[in-house]
Amino acid sequence: MSTEQETIEQFTNTEYKWGFTTDLETDLAPKGLTEDTVRFISAKKKEPEFLLEWRLKAFRHWQQMQEPDWPNVNYPPIDFQDAYYYAAPKKQEQLKSLDEVDPQIRETFDKLGISLDEQKRLSGVAVDAVMDSVSVATTFRDELKKHGIIFCSFSEAVHDHPDLVKKYLGSVVPYTDNFYSALNSAVFSDGSFCFIPKGVRCPMELSTYFRINAANTGQFERTLIVAEEGASVSYLEGCTAPMRDENQLHAAVVEIVAHKDARVKYSTVQNWYPGDENGKGGIYNFVTKRGICLGDNAKISWTQVETGSAITWKYPSVVLKGDNSVGEFYSVALTNNYQQADTGTKMVHLGKNTRSTIISKGISAGRSNNSYRGLVRVARNASGARNFSQCDSLLIGDRCGAHTFPYLEIHNKGARVEHEATTTKIGEDQIFYCNQRGIDTENAIGLIVNGYCKEVFRELPMEFAVEAQKLLEISLEGSVG
Amino acid sequence: MKQQESKFQDAVDWYISGFAAFEENLNGGSQLPFHKLRKKAVKKLSENGFPGPRDEEWKYTSVAPILGQAFGLPDAPATESSLEIAPLTFEDADRNLLVFVNGSFSKGLSRLTSQAEGVVVCTLSEALQNHADLVNASLGLFTDIGTGGFTALNTAFAAEGTFIHVPDNVELTDVIHIVHIAEPAKPFVVHPRNLFVFGDNTRASLIETFHGQGPGSYFTNLVSEFIVGDNARVDHLKIQQESTEAFHVSNVNVQQKRDSVFSAVNVDLGGALVRNDVNVELAAEHCETHLFGFYLGSGKQHIDNHTFVDHAMAHCFSNELYKGILDGQSKGVFNGKILVRQDAQKTNALQSNKTLLLTDDASINAKPQLEIFADDVKCTHGATIGQLDDEALFYLRARGISEEMAGAMLRHAFISDVLEGIKLDAVRQNLDAQIIERFTDVKSDS
Repeated sequence: MSTEQETIEQFTNTEYKWGFTTDLETDLAPKGLTEDTVRFISAKKKEPEFLLEWRLKAFRHWQQMQEPDWPNVNYPPIDFQDAYYYAAPKKQEQLKSLDEVDPQIRETFDKLGISLDEQKRLSGVAVDAVMDSVSVATTFRDELKKHGIIFCSFSEAVHDHPDLVKKYLGSVVPYTDNFYSALNSAVFSDGSFCFIPKGVRCPMELSTYFRINAANTGQFERTLIVAEEGASVSYLEGCTAPMRDENQLHAAVVEIVAHKDARVKYSTVQNWYPGDENGKGGIYNFVTKRGICLGDNAKISWTQVETGSAITWKYPSVVLKGDNSVGEFYSVALTNNYQQADTGTKMVHLGKNTRSTIISKGISAGRSNNSYRGLVRVARNASGARNFSQCDSLLIGDRCGAHTFPYLEIHNKGARVEHEATTTKIGEDQIFYCNQRGIDTENAIGLIVNGYCKEVFRELPMEFAVEAQKLLEISLEGSVG
Repeated sequence: MKQQESKFQDAVDWYISGFAAFEENLNGGSQLPFHKLRKKAVKKLSENGFPGPRDEEWKYTSVAPILGQAFGLPDAPATESSLEIAPLTFEDADRNLLVFVNGSFSKGLSRLTSQAEGVVVCTLSEALQNHADLVNASLGLFTDIGTGGFTALNTAFAAEGTFIHVPDNVELTDVIHIVHIAEPAKPFVVHPRNLFVFGDNTRASLIETFHGQGPGSYFTNLVSEFIVGDNARVDHLKIQQESTEAFHVSNVNVQQKRDSVFSAVNVDLGGALVRNDVNVELAAEHCETHLFGFYLGSGKQHIDNHTFVDHAMAHCFSNELYKGILDGQSKGVFNGKILVRQDAQKTNALQSNKTLLLTDDASINAKPQLEIFADDVKCTHGATIGQLDDEALFYLRARGISEEMAGAMLRHAFISDVLEGIKLDAVRQNLDAQIIERFTDVKSDS
């Protein structure tokens, strides 16, 4: 028992490996949030009138709203007036090649292991790197252009493709949707925009790396992905953040629109600063992600590996509007120390013969709390709807908690819905088996947990799968169930 | 904490306004210690009101239809009821029978044929007078009047019900059957309050049935408390067959002690709006709990089953199986929560909820919940929602069985494993026959 306790402590003491900060001069909006802040951000970004109007509408709506208190998480009240809502790295001229990128930023990326030029040459991944709200470099733009694909920062999209932005912005997640999406709509700084025209299959995986840098700056990303009829795209989002003491708020919004026969696959690896071993600091990750299968036979698939953040509050959802459309959700959520995660998905079946699959794997260690909260709704006209949900929880140590809150709302007799959930710990016999074969306990746990998450990792693109596996191993160092 | 605005203020005012008159009619009952709890409950009710749609536990069940009517307490019966009781009993299985008509105990219809030494089986009003020590030691101990509104309402107006006390080392060989009959001449509300105390090493089996006679609206607001002693075995069967205009809210609270076994079967066949809460606390090691339930909804019925299994201590086992068949425009709600506390290592908890939807107008909202704080546990839950298997139907049809009959057979087969949970043969067969009858002629309303 004592060795067990020791190893658990060791595990609990594993420090955030990728915590560092880069000193960059930042251009800050005045502290606090008023209509003026919203106007300041909009002016700073030279936005068209319609967007400012939309932001202000969202801001006014946000003022009427109350912070949600239903998630199974605890945190001190956030003072929304005590934060900066805009920070941009000072050097901001348009860059044509990677050489023009600020060497300090380059170095940061190198530390993260995503050296841009290497990525460009070797991996064939177009990277839209976002550092504190403003895109600093975009690669592979030209090649994508050949196919008519638009992949750029949100601010650029606002200037170059205002019609598209106007048409789709807020169409999946309206600013009235919830407290944090309203906040995001009012003050979002930047993000990514992706448009795949009719019949085009995106030749490469699109990727954005997010980082939060300036202290005390909430980052409000806005991502919009539109896949026209028959188009298909795989989109990667991955993040790490430097070590900071003060909690940072992150309230992003991701919207996906899939037209007839379109396919969108959205993968996330999230490893933001989770706070230290005493639960101090760490990032609040309050994200609204939703996709809509507008046309028949469309498919949207979410895959997420959540290992970071002090608090995660995130429900990537799919609205299955078109007949025969498909929604998928694969998730691994790992919490350690005092981390809290309340995450899951919503599958709303509106069209006929729509199908959805939910696979969720929760791992809790230390003193963390991990909740799965999911909704499967089958509307009255969604005959032939089919859902399968499985949510498993793994507990490591006896101070953590695992929770499941599935909601099933079925209004059609033709629907077939199955939900199952299990909670277990790592079997002593499994560890013993590994020990016998010369694998030490630490590695055995890594092995078992990776096996436990296999179903989800299989859904990740190659590069991410490797990264995700490493991430879990790092996070689980020294843990014994 | 945010101050919650008072909910359904009119209904709260209406019920509280009746409290003074109720107090006067207690004939000195207001001097008993229990009356303090009543007053506390009134206070809680006025503070908290009734649950609204924003209460997570009442998300899918609107209580507005219940509170929209001003139900008064029923008039005291002038004469003994002339009801024929035989059809409502299970023949020789019922040697101990307590009958309540419109909330009042009917001596003429009841019979108590067998009682071991020291066993107390009587009405709550009698117990409050004659067994005050036994009652006061336990009444209201495990029922939270702070939540839900209806529990506070029951506690405030609790005057009648059943009290059972089985002393240590006594095994009751005969079943105790409690019958609640409603004959609504005019709309009324009853607040039956039961307290069942089972000592160590006891064994008992209880049946509680609710019947509505004739048309008319009324409201049954039941609270039962079970205290299950060390190594005791208690079976509880509740069959709810209220009239189709009736409201039924029940709150069953169970506390189990070491090595005890509690099994409950909850059957819902009637009622317009039904809400059942079963809360079981496994308060010591090596407890075993079995919760079974099934509900048949048709017409515009709304049936809501909530269960809460609280694993407070280690080495316990709980098993839960609820099944529902929803026809017509009926709505079903299932909310099953399993909580495993930090000390409850080596817990084994199972839960399963299965629902058949027979029409597009029927709907089910299911929420199976797990909250786990201990690592060395095995907990699973499953929920499925579907329809009758076409292939099985075809198989039966191919063998010359009418479509109606085939459907009835499949539905019957669907709930048979819950019926198996009823251990008394006579009772199970009787219920089985009723259900088959219902399946073969329920077609007309779908």
